[in-house]
Amino acid sequence: METTQKDSNNKRMFLSFFKIGAFTLGGGYAMLPIMEREVVDKYNWLSREEFMNIMVVAQSTPGLFAINMASHIGTKYNGVKGGIICTLGVALPSIICILLIAMFFQLFKENIYVQKIFLGIRPAVVALIAAPCFSMARSAHITLPTAWIPIVCCLLIVPFGFSPILVILIAAVGGFIYGKIKSHSKS
Amino acid sequence: MIFLKLFIVFSKIGIFNFGGGYAMISLIHNEVVVKNHWLSSSEFTDIIAISQSTPGPIGINCATYAGYTSVINDGYPQWAAVLGSILASVSVLWLPFLLMLAVSRVLLKYSKTTTLKTMFSVLRPAIVGLVAAAAILLMSAENFGNPQTETFKFITSILLFIFVFIGNRIYKIHPILLLVLSGIAGLIIY
Repeated sequence: METTQKDSNNKRMFLSFFKIGAFTLGGGYAMLPIMEREVVDKYNWLSREEFMNIMVVAQSTPGLFAINMASHIGTKYNGVKGGIICTLGVALPSIICILLIAMFFQLFKENIYVQKIFLGIRPAVVALIAAPCFSMARSAHITLPTAWIPIVCCLLIVPFGFSPILVILIAAVGGFIYGKIKSHSKS
Repeated sequence: MIFLKLFIVFSKIGIFNFGGGYAMISLIHNEVVVKNHWLSSSEFTDIIAISQSTPGPIGINCATYAGYTSVINDGYPQWAAVLGSILASVSVLWLPFLLMLAVSRVLLKYSKTTTLKTMFSVLRPAIVGLVAAAAILLMSAENFGNPQTETFKFITSILLFIFVFIGNRIYKIHPILLLVLSGIAGLIIY
């Protein structure tokens, strides 16, 4: 009985996440308040506590934050089926939108005005990647004793040509071992 | 076979992506530009500009666009490129989804333990380094112009970089507005 009732919400869930995916500019964290409003306040699919727990897990598993949120919420509400529905719902608008732009852009790439516009945009993009480093550094709680970590990671990639995946692995394993030692000495 | 490669590369990008869209830019850049040469440095930068100005997570936008463009650049027709872009996007999603099904219950229990907390206190600063590296790698002659042979383009690019950096960091101007303004500047200057 309960399953059929949840299944009847499939369409509404898909549309709700589609809407979230389609109307949030600026990536994952911008979606969070809207997700909370839809999932907790409007439709009561999950309690606020469940939502907060999902947030903790979504932040500490790999993948994209917004997508992880959607998969977790869907799975929590209606199993794997719910998870797939919400994941597709939140990802589809971007996929469709970008696909159309990619096809369109391919036609206008050689246009002289388009090229001029992108000559101006390219350095701006690089600045927009460099700028969040500082706010990310703040939210990662980087202090003097930990400042060497980002510097070493950056140096490994730029002059030494390490792959970022390898750097993530090293940091994760190193952090895990350090954590084991720390929790061991605590107990 | 580019489709098999796209699948493997974007699955890898999906599962090793900790720390959101900006961290993913660094992974995609390494795989798609540095290792596989599917896109040039400037094409990659254009993709990020478009991803930042359209709705949805930057990581998915980037994967879709890179999937499409890399198949086209490899000489395939448009329908194959559409398949490539869908394949790249789905590849990014599936492994984290399976992992979530496997560990979500356990992880909540362990997320407050010292071990995991410490691991993330190392991983988060590491990701800042990753993003910084991506920014440095994109300061290429292709994006900024060669200082010797294209001095005008180079100086203009440096100035635009500084304006946008300050505009975003200090004046908190919205990234999309900054991109639009730089596009207009490019149109007028060049």
